[in-house]
Amino acid sequence: MANQILSKKERLAIPRQKMPEQPPQIRNRNFEEVNLGFDVETAVREAQRCLNCPKSTCIDGCPVRIKIPAFIQLIAVRDFLGAARKIKEDNLLPAVCGRVCPQEEQCEKTCILKGKFEPVAIGRLERFVADYERQQNSATAFPKNAKLTGKKVAVVGSGPAGLACASDLVQRGHAVTVFEALHEFGGVLVYGIPEFRLPKKILRFEINNLRQMGVEFVANFIVGKTMTIDELLTTGGYQAVFLGVGAGLPWFMNIPGENLMGVYSANEYLTRVNLMRAYEFPSTDTPVRHGKNVVVVGGGNTAMDAVRTAKRLGAETATIVYRRSEVEMPARIEEVHHAREEGIIFRTLTNPIEFVADGTGWVHKARCLRMELGEPDASGRRRPVPIAGSEFEIETDLVIMAIGNGSNPLISQTTPDLRCNKWGNILAEPESGRTSKPGVFAGGDIVTGGATVILAMGAGRSAAQAIDEYLQTGQWSFDI
Amino acid sequence: MHQIITAEFIAPQIKKFIVEAPLIARKRQPGQFVILRVWEKGERIPLTIVDGDPAQGTITLIVQGIGKTTRHLNLLSAGDYIHDLVGPLGRPTHIDKFGLTVCVSGGVGTAEALPIAKALKQAGNQVIAIVGARQRELIICESEMRAVCDEVLISTDDGSYGIKGFVTQVLQDLLQRHRPDFILAVGPLPMMAAVAEQTRPFGIKTMVSLNSIMVDGTGMCGGCRATVADKTVFVCVDGPEFDGHQVDFAEIGRRQRQFVEFEAQALREFEQTPPPVHHCRLSEQLNPQAEE
Repeated sequence: MANQILSKKERLAIPRQKMPEQPPQIRNRNFEEVNLGFDVETAVREAQRCLNCPKSTCIDGCPVRIKIPAFIQLIAVRDFLGAARKIKEDNLLPAVCGRVCPQEEQCEKTCILKGKFEPVAIGRLERFVADYERQQNSATAFPKNAKLTGKKVAVVGSGPAGLACASDLVQRGHAVTVFEALHEFGGVLVYGIPEFRLPKKILRFEINNLRQMGVEFVANFIVGKTMTIDELLTTGGYQAVFLGVGAGLPWFMNIPGENLMGVYSANEYLTRVNLMRAYEFPSTDTPVRHGKNVVVVGGGNTAMDAVRTAKRLGAETATIVYRRSEVEMPARIEEVHHAREEGIIFRTLTNPIEFVADGTGWVHKARCLRMELGEPDASGRRRPVPIAGSEFEIETDLVIMAIGNGSNPLISQTTPDLRCNKWGNILAEPESGRTSKPGVFAGGDIVTGGATVILAMGAGRSAAQAIDEYLQTGQWSFDI
Repeated sequence: MHQIITAEFIAPQIKKFIVEAPLIARKRQPGQFVILRVWEKGERIPLTIVDGDPAQGTITLIVQGIGKTTRHLNLLSAGDYIHDLVGPLGRPTHIDKFGLTVCVSGGVGTAEALPIAKALKQAGNQVIAIVGARQRELIICESEMRAVCDEVLISTDDGSYGIKGFVTQVLQDLLQRHRPDFILAVGPLPMMAAVAEQTRPFGIKTMVSLNSIMVDGTGMCGGCRATVADKTVFVCVDGPEFDGHQVDFAEIGRRQRQFVEFEAQALREFEQTPPPVHHCRLSEQLNPQAEE
């Protein structure tokens, strides 16, 4: 197909291209990626749908402001490596973001086509470009770093916020060290998000790109324990510290039976499977319980990841129990849709009140109440209210609590002059990420509470900008 | 990668390692632990830091080979590497001048009690250690304990050394003669539960060191949770030491057994085909990052 000049009408006539997927009844038995990605022709066809509008509203929907129409035009003219370079001007982790960003809430939501037509599949195109570049084994698309400034920045946590911050700082010529508590880099991208949504080798490739750009990575290092922030700023020789440590302290409901055998937090369950690769036990050493009837409590992306993982590990029934209705579920629509296709059972407007043990101490039943929706609550969503006398039981041998995370106390415990709110979240200025402690910035879930990968990346990037300014001016202000 | 400087068996199946870990050696305090992985597909297990030498940049670990991972670790020798080592984790023991203190330990728990006994002594306490094991060969760290305690009382289940019987019997006798101000119990769960029951009527502050199953060790997974004073705690960040009179030992006992079938399977396969322990130093230097 030659490089065509299409009229607007012709562009609008092209249907949004479908993402090829593994068939549901095959993929729910394996850990291979669900979405297979566009081929070249599909990508070009999808790119031709973009009207390249002068007022690019899609960019406003992107937390890191990728030059979306520009990279899509490059795809349309088949300059895929050029498209990769264009994306990397603003985002060094396109293979990750193309997979896990909620585009329907961001760039694709603000695409001009949305409404009368379907929005351009921006996320799928971003992913295509990143995968194409990787498969071409072409690492040519690195933006050039600025001249070395001689300044050192410590980035704490190698999740999305930390990686985004590190990539911006290294490009501005600062020496960057990323400290990670676990033995592998990526934070929630490696311990939380399953292989079937984000293959580890893709994450490693993107992290390795950062390494090649000069970012130093240190594993098995717990800031607050192995070294405090004050030590980093003094003996460590760092002029600034960015805290992107994530939320990282799982919530439970405080209902009876939550500590029974066979009740996990989603963090534990997913960490065992993803980071520790328990699905390969016994060739790996970490085990995980394989439930027959698995109940996952929660309605977010983590809940979907956990329930779909349980299905893949052989569960006969894998059930989401969520207290509100499907409309209020915080999970991405695509994840809910994929879960349904894979045979996940949804029990919405249902809330557990107790987990009951069998005679040997293993969880055996979830006692639940049916709920109905009342008036909107503080989150703007309609509050779930229990229906009197609606109690019933679900048989289960594995319960996974996926109701969110509080803030991890390790850093605040050892940094008394770092101010936190009453929930333990670090207080940081929304744009700059500046905290109450001069030289220390924070962003991502440790500031906002549990949110999304791309929001954390956005916070990491805007903090990088503020860190760069601070390193040049030495000026500090904090106003919260 | 952390190099093992020395490794020697100090009792059947119990090995003492001195490991290069300069940052941990500098920071660690009594009662804290590390998480380690023996090899690239290994599980993460917590181990108490027995001692640390900031000048040498080393820490001491004492490991009883029970399951696959500890048996695998005990195959390693001086010059070998521990794949991953992170710490120090957990809250340090609260050391104060209490007066008369007693450290009760069973089996390999004596290695965990040792740094705490030492710190209690340095804080000006009178320290009595009650050290127990099944038989004489399994009594460890006796001379180290004697070096830091005012008195060391020994018991073995079979009477092959010291008093015949459990540490709880020795403690019972002691409680008839003395009224300690502080008791620490480290060892098997039933032993710690029994000690807590013994001291409860006397209202003696009794701390126990819980050894839960952990994955990350930083509060992220919640696998180590226990019930203390009717509240859920995370042993890794809230502990590992808790008021023994408030701990729900039965629940911890159950939670520790969650993976017994898997553990048995892993051990069986390990015994049939032990993993290679020879490390190619060159490849480690060339590929510092573990690849799949």
